[in-house]
Amino acid sequence: MAKKLTSPVYVVEDNIDTDQIIPAQYLTLVPTIPEEYEKLGSYAMVGLPDDLYPIEFIKKGATKTGYKIIIAGKNFGCGSSREHAPISLGAAGVEAIVAESYARIFFRNSVATGELYPYEARERLIERVKTGDIAIIDFDNDTIEINGQVHQLKPMGDVRPVIEAGGLFNYARQSGMIPGP
Amino acid sequence: MTLTEKILAKASGRNRVAAGDNVWVNADILLTHDVCGPGSIGVFKREFGQNAKVWDPMKIVIIPDHYIFTADRLSNRNVDVLREFAKEQGLSYFYDVIDDPEGHWAFNVARGQLRRQHGSRYQGVCHAALPQRGHTRPGEVLFGTDSHTCMAGAFGEFATGIGNTDAGFILGTGKLLIKVPETMRFYLEAELPKGVMAKDVILNVIGDIGFDGATYRAMQWEGPGASALDMDDRMTIANMAIEAGGKNGIFPADKKTFAYVDERTRANGTKSAYEPAELDRDQIFAFDKVYDLSKLEPTVAMHPNPGNRALAKTLEYVRLDRAYIGSCTGGKTSDFVAFAEVVNGKRVQIETYGVPATSEVVSDLKQARLGETSVWDVLIDAGVMMTENASCAACLGGPQDTFGRLNAPLTCISATNRNFPGRMGSKESKVYLASPYTVAASALTGHVTDPREFLS
Repeated sequence: MAKKLTSPVYVVEDNIDTDQIIPAQYLTLVPTIPEEYEKLGSYAMVGLPDDLYPIEFIKKGATKTGYKIIIAGKNFGCGSSREHAPISLGAAGVEAIVAESYARIFFRNSVATGELYPYEARERLIERVKTGDIAIIDFDNDTIEINGQVHQLKPMGDVRPVIEAGGLFNYARQSGMIPGP
Repeated sequence: MTLTEKILAKASGRNRVAAGDNVWVNADILLTHDVCGPGSIGVFKREFGQNAKVWDPMKIVIIPDHYIFTADRLSNRNVDVLREFAKEQGLSYFYDVIDDPEGHWAFNVARGQLRRQHGSRYQGVCHAALPQRGHTRPGEVLFGTDSHTCMAGAFGEFATGIGNTDAGFILGTGKLLIKVPETMRFYLEAELPKGVMAKDVILNVIGDIGFDGATYRAMQWEGPGASALDMDDRMTIANMAIEAGGKNGIFPADKKTFAYVDERTRANGTKSAYEPAELDRDQIFAFDKVYDLSKLEPTVAMHPNPGNRALAKTLEYVRLDRAYIGSCTGGKTSDFVAFAEVVNGKRVQIETYGVPATSEVVSDLKQARLGETSVWDVLIDAGVMMTENASCAACLGGPQDTFGRLNAPLTCISATNRNFPGRMGSKESKVYLASPYTVAASALTGHVTDPREFLS
């Protein structure tokens, strides 16, 4: 079945660190407790400086974002190892990020949790698109179409089956590494 | 093979591994704390069952340290979650905030932030406490749910930060699938000149390679300059591998390492046997650079990232509201002693907060002397607000009532490791990272200051 995702995009610059994705004061919330997971989502990206990002990622009073796709520059998710970062984005409703590059632990945590698809772009998309533009990600062909232009994305390779299984544990069970539930 | 490759080969039961290989490695220690522990435990129970047992209760070390001295209800609860888990699983190495295994932790606001409010087993910042309590050994594999876990690479081990899901997996299996990183070598020549510290070394290197310059890579420190550094200095440097995006930082183990580890494992009754990885001749590096330590000068990472480097002497125009010394990388005994050398007999001109990394640092500072006065009293007399409650405190902001948190758009010079927007609190604040010497000199003047003018 063809898998596609259509959504307005939220565009951020280079070096968005985990404190901007989910500020440290919200790390008191435990992601495996369902109501705290939801709360984490409501704080996603609240650490972005207001002057640089006048459009809110999550509207005041809302708990979910209208942007299922984030377009980012280099080194997205640098900083701490907090898994709260990809989790807060996933809980807010983000399904995919298209960045020029990722910090290692953020990328790994995205895969291990299966919360979202961390795609790498082949070009600097943040200079070609703006927040609110509509994008279509075609997962079968590893492309993103924005403003009528189709851009190739780097295939996720080894990690894609882990995300598609729903994260590290499901994948490890499917591959016989740990016993089933 | 490089040091990292040798350790990962052994931990995965292979003769050889190469950069890029994906291997299942056995963990020697899993470290967690109050911020990521409850979530990791949640993953473990969800995936392995409510009554599941951890893979090895002697290999799990839980050190609450992040949000301890706060009235925040969820933070206090998270310490209780750790206590329950440690009890249920029979974990030997849980360094609780309170002494009563049946009790509940609640910070007493009325007693204030400065006087000790914890029990006898409480340690403070996990990365500083881990070696002090005898849990770091050369040649081992350490995973921790904190990005600064890489600090233990100072002891010649592979140490890296992971998320809750990976930690939950290790709790159940003792294993993790990881990719063998490429290694970058930093070959240190000569010794540090007066006024220049280990923090200046790592800030210089990150300034050179960029704060994503070591992404997915190991940073290996070698050479006579590395051998000359003491263990505290090696920790300062290894700690900030993550600030260059690195997977781990590592020093070869030597006589200093063995002396430290042997003393600490003996004193704490922890596992004393280990097999260090020795340097091979056939190492393949993705990057190799020589640094002459004698040429370095006091260095600052400017707002808003750890790679934004400048020399302290060029930043005298930067006015400061606050100075802060503390954290895993900057709150060790030697960091406070260096700070005290600069402020001894003087008064700070801006509000200055001191948060020792561990309880042991607190007692060290009360015993060590500069002349007739204890180091602790030198700092108090200089006007530094010193707390006896060791913790991560304002290094990462934390709840609003955290000691030293930047609750307004302040400009702060800090001996910590990260200065992204909002890292220490308000997202309009600005943080400059520097060595304890530079932070101390800047506290005395109220602007960024090269410390050499205060050190005769």
